[in-house]
Amino acid sequence: MLYAKKKTGLVFFPAFDWAIDPTHPEREERLLYTQDQVFEEGLFDIEGLTEFKPDPVTINDVNRIHFCVPDAWKVMTESHFISAGGAKTIGMAVLDKKVECGFALVRPPGHHAMRVVHGARGFCNVNIEAIMIEFLRAAYGIGKVAIVDTDCHHGDGTQDIYWHDPNTLFISIHQDGRTLYPGSGFTNELGGPNAVGTTLNIPLPPNTSDEGFLYAIENVVLPILDDFKPDIIINSAGQDNHYSDPITNMNFSARGYAELTSLLQADIAVLEGGYSIEGALPYVNTGIILAMAGLDYSNIREPDYDPDRIRQSSVVTAQIAEIGKIVLENWRNREKIEKQMKQGLKGKYSDRTRRIYYDTDGISEIQKERICICKDCGGALRIETSADTGAQALAVHIPIDACKICRNEGQRWFEEANSKDFHRAYLQNRPEDKYLEKNLSHK
Amino acid sequence: MIIGLDVGGTHTDVVLLDNHGLVNEIKVYTDSTDLFSTVLNGLRKITQDINPKLIKRVVLSTTLTTNFIVQGTLPEVGMIVSSGPGIDPMLFKTNGHYYPVSGSIDHRGRRVEAIDHDEVKSIGSKLRADGVRQLGIVGKFSARNPSHELEIRRILKGRFDDFFLGHRVSGNLNFQRRIATTYLNAAVYPIHKHFFQAVKKSLDQQGLKVPIHILKADGGTMNFESSIHFPGQTILSGPAASVMGATAYAPAEEDILVFDIGGTTTDMAILIDRAPLLDPVGIELGKYKTLIRALKTRSIGIGGDSVVRFKAGEIEIGPDRAGYAMAYGGTRPTPTDALAVMGKMTDCDRDKARKGLEPIASEMGISIEEAAQKIFDRTCCLILKAADKMVDQINSKPVYTVHELQEGYQVKPKKILVLGGPAPYFAEHLEKISEYTVTVIPSWKVANAIGAALARTTCEVTLFADTERGILTAPEEKFKKNISRDFTRDQAVQQAYELLKQKALQIGASSEDLEMEILEDQLFNMVRGFQTTGRNIRIKAQVKPGLIQRYKDVVEKLSLQSDS
Ligand SMILES: [Zn+2]
Ligand SMILES: [Zn+2]
Repeated sequence: MLYAKKKTGLVFFPAFDWAIDPTHPEREERLLYTQDQVFEEGLFDIEGLTEFKPDPVTINDVNRIHFCVPDAWKVMTESHFISAGGAKTIGMAVLDKKVECGFALVRPPGHHAMRVVHGARGFCNVNIEAIMIEFLRAAYGIGKVAIVDTDCHHGDGTQDIYWHDPNTLFISIHQDGRTLYPGSGFTNELGGPNAVGTTLNIPLPPNTSDEGFLYAIENVVLPILDDFKPDIIINSAGQDNHYSDPITNMNFSARGYAELTSLLQADIAVLEGGYSIEGALPYVNTGIILAMAGLDYSNIREPDYDPDRIRQSSVVTAQIAEIGKIVLENWRNREKIEKQMKQGLKGKYSDRTRRIYYDTDGISEIQKERICICKDCGGALRIETSADTGAQALAVHIPIDACKICRNEGQRWFEEANSKDFHRAYLQNRPEDKYLEKNLSHK
Repeated sequence: MIIGLDVGGTHTDVVLLDNHGLVNEIKVYTDSTDLFSTVLNGLRKITQDINPKLIKRVVLSTTLTTNFIVQGTLPEVGMIVSSGPGIDPMLFKTNGHYYPVSGSIDHRGRRVEAIDHDEVKSIGSKLRADGVRQLGIVGKFSARNPSHELEIRRILKGRFDDFFLGHRVSGNLNFQRRIATTYLNAAVYPIHKHFFQAVKKSLDQQGLKVPIHILKADGGTMNFESSIHFPGQTILSGPAASVMGATAYAPAEEDILVFDIGGTTTDMAILIDRAPLLDPVGIELGKYKTLIRALKTRSIGIGGDSVVRFKAGEIEIGPDRAGYAMAYGGTRPTPTDALAVMGKMTDCDRDKARKGLEPIASEMGISIEEAAQKIFDRTCCLILKAADKMVDQINSKPVYTVHELQEGYQVKPKKILVLGGPAPYFAEHLEKISEYTVTVIPSWKVANAIGAALARTTCEVTLFADTERGILTAPEEKFKKNISRDFTRDQAVQQAYELLKQKALQIGASSEDLEMEILEDQLFNMVRGFQTTGRNIRIKAQVKPGLIQRYKDVVEKLSLQSDS
């Protein structure tokens, strides 16, 4: 019999009856062969490995994070409630100390979903990690959180959500945005003026293999985590860095993923992408589960695994060392960079305007964002959003640790919203865990 | 007439039924060192003065295989396992003569690495030299493609007396459990075969030339001939006998809890619309996790003879037992003694029971009568708590579709059926302290033997279609067929029913007892690139556990008989 060295929780929710559309990579079949492998390997029989049934999240859980336009029911399906609920269930099991660590092997994924949601982008509607984290903050009072996103695509949704939060360290390791969707995630994206350095990006060149990933984890991610000292570490465990993935260009292996998991020692892992449903996922997931449970994974191997065929070039190795150096430098100089950034600002706000494209649903959005520059909290945040669906809304976020000034500012913004400019106004009052909505259209 | 016989730890119950109900019931003492005599003794007594020609069916539920496995006195057999990449197969080692070999098959049944013939031959020679006669052969994913198991057998043909192949034990995926199940089948094979051959011979000599059916852990039966190579299926048939006995009295279309309250344990099961709930994976017995189909049961170490202690301000019941209750000459206080003190049990020594409870009462600072009440109350509470936990566990079992998560069936029992020795004494109080309606099963003393007698033949088939590869296969049934691209789910369901019917009839079912149902029915479109390249269809069908049709009327008469 097999005994887990570390008590591990697992939510397996393959959503065998849900797809974006029948031939979409995010379809019913995606975790079928993973299920076969997990069953055949008898992973659920491991003593100390517990499978939990996911409890769907509530509307409040979603509204804590997202401004869904017009509302959560319109941008989510039942499957999203359950998938986010899977992450939340694992988070609770870990914080209730039922298990030491856990893995939400769920779909659909979430790391491309930003704070404002008009529809789906990058196969994601709502950010399942963020929903879990903010639930855990509200229910268990956890403070500092680190998210390490190892999906092949830049976790731009998670980055957006935590852009202004100095208490959440977001590190994304991904294929260079010049060669892959969503085209962002460069080393100079470091977070907003109140949170410089708690967003970090490690863009890796195409054809990076195990060596390069593990180098970045050991030499860049782990030292930064040591420095940041999070209460809890989350791994957005996308599996599309695999050498057989059909929509990316990396050369990571199942054993590499297991080693990464073992190095990172995340408290909670949440499945993100990964579309090599036969060649990679069955083996990668088996490897991750064994590694989380502290068990031997050295005999996990894809049928066509050939390390020589996928070995990275010396050029790639050198590039990765260079990128790692830049990221570490940015991290060490984050206070200096923040100071410089703030010096360049006039007044008490920082503004930016962005265009966001929802590729999965074909929606275009323009956001005008304003954050209060604040040294005492994450800063009140307002987003004026308009989309080509015709929706126009004001979204106001008061962070959980907000100072009095920022609380008042956020309240004022929300109250002053009028029907001339917006159809709807939303308020996320995190200190009071209250989520309000005003319907301003007089139709 | 039919005979049902259930071997228990202390007693063996035997019943004789005819179309009018219970003709006779007897109890004989179980001699666990000589089950053969026990069984024959029971059968001889129940058939006394009965014309053997009138007996049409004999169903036996024994502890034979269970005992051997629990005691760990299994004969040596050889195991050859072909794993390929994954968890180290040495971690699944069942016994001394256990050899992993090369060869690998993937989740869709495609060969990844071939079997090494020389390696297999040399292990075969080593096993033979060690005197091994029975050989188990198990491959990873053999439930999808058994060719490697068959190949190993071919290589070693003639060198061993009997072969046991992993893909024949179940259509379910679980390599480790497939290994354990195959091993148990191989290991208990000689004992099981010898035992039942002897029983059959002896019955023949008495002029009783009827097919012998053996009760399985899933509450169904199979004929002796079919059980020879799958003796593992007969383990833990005892609890199944009791539960099947309870189904005879269960109302239709309701969720029911069944408690079998014995001396050492209380066993619990759940009936839904008169059919027992099955375990989703398989029996766990001692250190073995298996793929053996079984009823979902929960056993707790609380029974009439459990030892009662007062510790740290709390009454503790069991889980150990130290012989009989003091009221029956034992040495340690028990819930039975509490019942004796309360005057509920009368055919025993009440003074001895009082003496037994005295130290506990004085420690608690209350009278012996009050202590008795408290002990009994606590016993009932613990049993109910365990039942709640079992129901919770069943309802929190993970599901894998949005539909099931939203609409999935939730078990909500409102009634309890109780059987076993002290059943009548418990029923009233269980009802008083809970929301349940509690009923004692009529003929509660021999309900287990009645359950065995009336259980129908059950089985399961798993069918797997892969239209991209053009394969339709049910390795457990030795079934494989080529199919075209346009093979449908309906065709798969039809095929599954056909295989199931064949199998059921072959292992002893009569055609009127084929209550078949689909347990799993999944279809996935396989998409490679952005093209649909095939369908992946998985069907699982079973003959539902239940009672035989011909004796349907008997059940009603049984209830009437016991009322009078
Ligand atoms: Zn991705
Ligand atoms: Zn502030």
